[in-house]
Amino acid sequence: MLKFRSKSPKGEMNIWLTSMGLTVGLVMIIGLFSLIVVRGLHVFWPKNIATYHLKEDAKSKMGPNAVLSAIEVKKVQKKLAGAEEGPAEFQIFIGNKDVYGLPFKFLPEAEIARIEYEKDVMIVERLEYGDAILKPVELMLEDGTRIKAGSKNFIEKLHEAVEIGTDRRLDILKIEKGKIGVVSDKIANLKDDIARYHYHAKKKGTDPSEKVAKAHEKIEKLESEFATFSGEARDLHELQEKAILSYRLASGQEKSMPVAEIVEFALPNQLNFSGKVKSFAHSFWGFLSQNPREANTEGGIFPAIFGTFMMTVLMSIAVMPFGVIGAIYLREYAKQGPLVRIVRICVNNLAGVPSIVFGVFGLGFFIYVVGHGIDDFFYPWREGRPTWGTGGILWASLTLALMTLPVVIVATEEALAAVPRGVREAALACGASKWQMIQRVVLPTAAPGILTGLILAMARGAGEVAPLMLVGVVKVAPSLPVAGSWPFGMDQKFMHLGFHIYDLGFQSPDAEAAKPMVFATTFFLILLVVLLNLGAIRIRNILRKKYAAGTF
Amino acid sequence: MIHVDDFSFWYGEKQALHHIEMMIPEQKITALIGPSGCGKSTLLRNMNRMNDLIDGVKHEGDITLDGTSLYDPSVEVISLRKRVGMVFQKYNPFAKTIYENVVFALRVAGNRNRKELDEVVERALRGAALWEEVKDRLHDSAFGLSGGQMQRLCIARAIANRPQILLMDEPCAALDPIATLRIEELMQDLKKEYTIVIVTHNLQQGARCSDKTAFLFEGKIIEFDDTDKIYNNPSEQKTMDYITGRFS
Repeated sequence: MLKFRSKSPKGEMNIWLTSMGLTVGLVMIIGLFSLIVVRGLHVFWPKNIATYHLKEDAKSKMGPNAVLSAIEVKKVQKKLAGAEEGPAEFQIFIGNKDVYGLPFKFLPEAEIARIEYEKDVMIVERLEYGDAILKPVELMLEDGTRIKAGSKNFIEKLHEAVEIGTDRRLDILKIEKGKIGVVSDKIANLKDDIARYHYHAKKKGTDPSEKVAKAHEKIEKLESEFATFSGEARDLHELQEKAILSYRLASGQEKSMPVAEIVEFALPNQLNFSGKVKSFAHSFWGFLSQNPREANTEGGIFPAIFGTFMMTVLMSIAVMPFGVIGAIYLREYAKQGPLVRIVRICVNNLAGVPSIVFGVFGLGFFIYVVGHGIDDFFYPWREGRPTWGTGGILWASLTLALMTLPVVIVATEEALAAVPRGVREAALACGASKWQMIQRVVLPTAAPGILTGLILAMARGAGEVAPLMLVGVVKVAPSLPVAGSWPFGMDQKFMHLGFHIYDLGFQSPDAEAAKPMVFATTFFLILLVVLLNLGAIRIRNILRKKYAAGTF
Repeated sequence: MIHVDDFSFWYGEKQALHHIEMMIPEQKITALIGPSGCGKSTLLRNMNRMNDLIDGVKHEGDITLDGTSLYDPSVEVISLRKRVGMVFQKYNPFAKTIYENVVFALRVAGNRNRKELDEVVERALRGAALWEEVKDRLHDSAFGLSGGQMQRLCIARAIANRPQILLMDEPCAALDPIATLRIEELMQDLKKEYTIVIVTHNLQQGARCSDKTAFLFEGKIIEFDDTDKIYNNPSEQKTMDYITGRFS
């Protein structure tokens, strides 16, 4: 009787197990992703500024700083010895680094007498010293007109003044980076020419003085140009000092700063919801499009986004042909036997080599061997001033291409193996040679599967940091890794979102200020990887639709 | 004309064909019938050296095409396959447009003359009785066609380069009866121009459309004669048994 009682199917347990595995994975992914999205986007949301009035007994300790305008970051329970819960504390952002020193502060809840939200408190993003939280007092325009805070057109005028400052800052940048940059590039080229003349002259035993003198002449001319442009820039810089905003801190201390120092300002306590959304969009775009400032803790991340994008694209361009060609040989031409099996195992194991090892290899091979070789061969007069023999986006891309090569090879091999035998035979029966068969029939059929490999490679490559630190990533790059003429900026050092996260989070002088930036940067890194992948997936779908027989 | 002369064939250790001897007449349809594993596909695939692709095969004897041995070192496999087209059991169009499928053989031969290619496409598709159905969508993917159309496209692809001989390896096995009928009608048209060798499992089909029939059993030719004779009055008991369905 007992024998037939058990009705529960035997496989059920295993199904539960598999679904649990999936659930754990999903929860982890969704949890991590939503943490990054929420914390990353929270950075851009304008927060209200509270004014904390401290109790009498705290006043004696704090002096004039007994009144503080600040943004609440979080409330924490202080831990006392013996794991006892201590008094509650607020962590607040007080900004004004130039006055207070540290922009973050802990305030015991017990010391606070009352909290106010004043309408006219302003938060100002400055070029230096981070944000300031202040109450404006008076604005002095460039022509000397003074406008009192609180008068009707004060905000409007301040906006105008900030805009004038921003425009002029861009003009200065144009002169410094554009005109002066071009001139100093020319000077550098001429100096390089002089070094070359000397080198060749020494080698051939001729006299370089005529050519050198000519070059020196040119340099002098350029240097006078340089001086003119510097003068122009200096004049503009002086103009930037004219418009002044005077303001008062919550403690009553009066200060002033040039309006041109202001990147932007807001009165968050006056903003309604739509105003806050607008402000959110504004800061989001600013973060996306601006250069970083203040040791990367302020400003935007545009160069890092661009560097990551450029590197990933270069890597894809490098890894695709090699991976596909390698896989074609392994799958189609090589005689399947123990040797090929060993090669295949090696390729698969290559995917498991720690990425830093590839970084060391890239440094040793690409930079020290190939790069130095190129420098010695083509630019022997540039002793001690390496062009290719130093980290750069090309070497970084090639290093990552090497690292992701196994992914592409494995995926391509799978895709080639999935091409039906019948199609191959049909091609051969039409009189195609083996190569024609591969090129015209097998590869197009396998293209979607090959692209899947590229997608995997991009996802892995774009998020990699460790090897890049050895082969060309820098904290702050002077220019974007792209140029209009040879070598198209490929020898440039570059910024990378992954390294930016590491740098902000662990190398920054101000960890508290950097924390939200870490989340925001991570958010954009993930966004970039997703976008790149969507691009590749779109290409794959177009290919699939075109041939409508994909089995990958 | 193909002459199979005392031809034996091995897959590794296993002998698949034993001393096959047959003359395949021109502009006729010759059917190869026999139970599964009897070697009929192997024989067919040797006629354009398709079996070369398999590792560890060997052969003895010879197959000649118009007096030249297929295995003569001066014969290039690629040019041989241009003279001997092949249609497979499962339709296998390429992941290309209909147009590109048809001109594939000419493309790999290096023909870039647009006008010529256009003419070939029309002639081959008309030859495969597909032109009227696809003339408006030549540049669509071949995978948009029905099974029967795809098989006819494969026939068009095989005849695009005007081969002498067309090998068909169970061309209707994956098709429904209506599509099968169309292919059979097509074969009657094609035999005016081409010599056709067909492998079939379908005895009715063999009887309907072939002129000569060879019955193979265990790698040997049991009987090779006019189709009428094989189906109505076979000389061998084994053929009789097979035709009447007494074994399979």
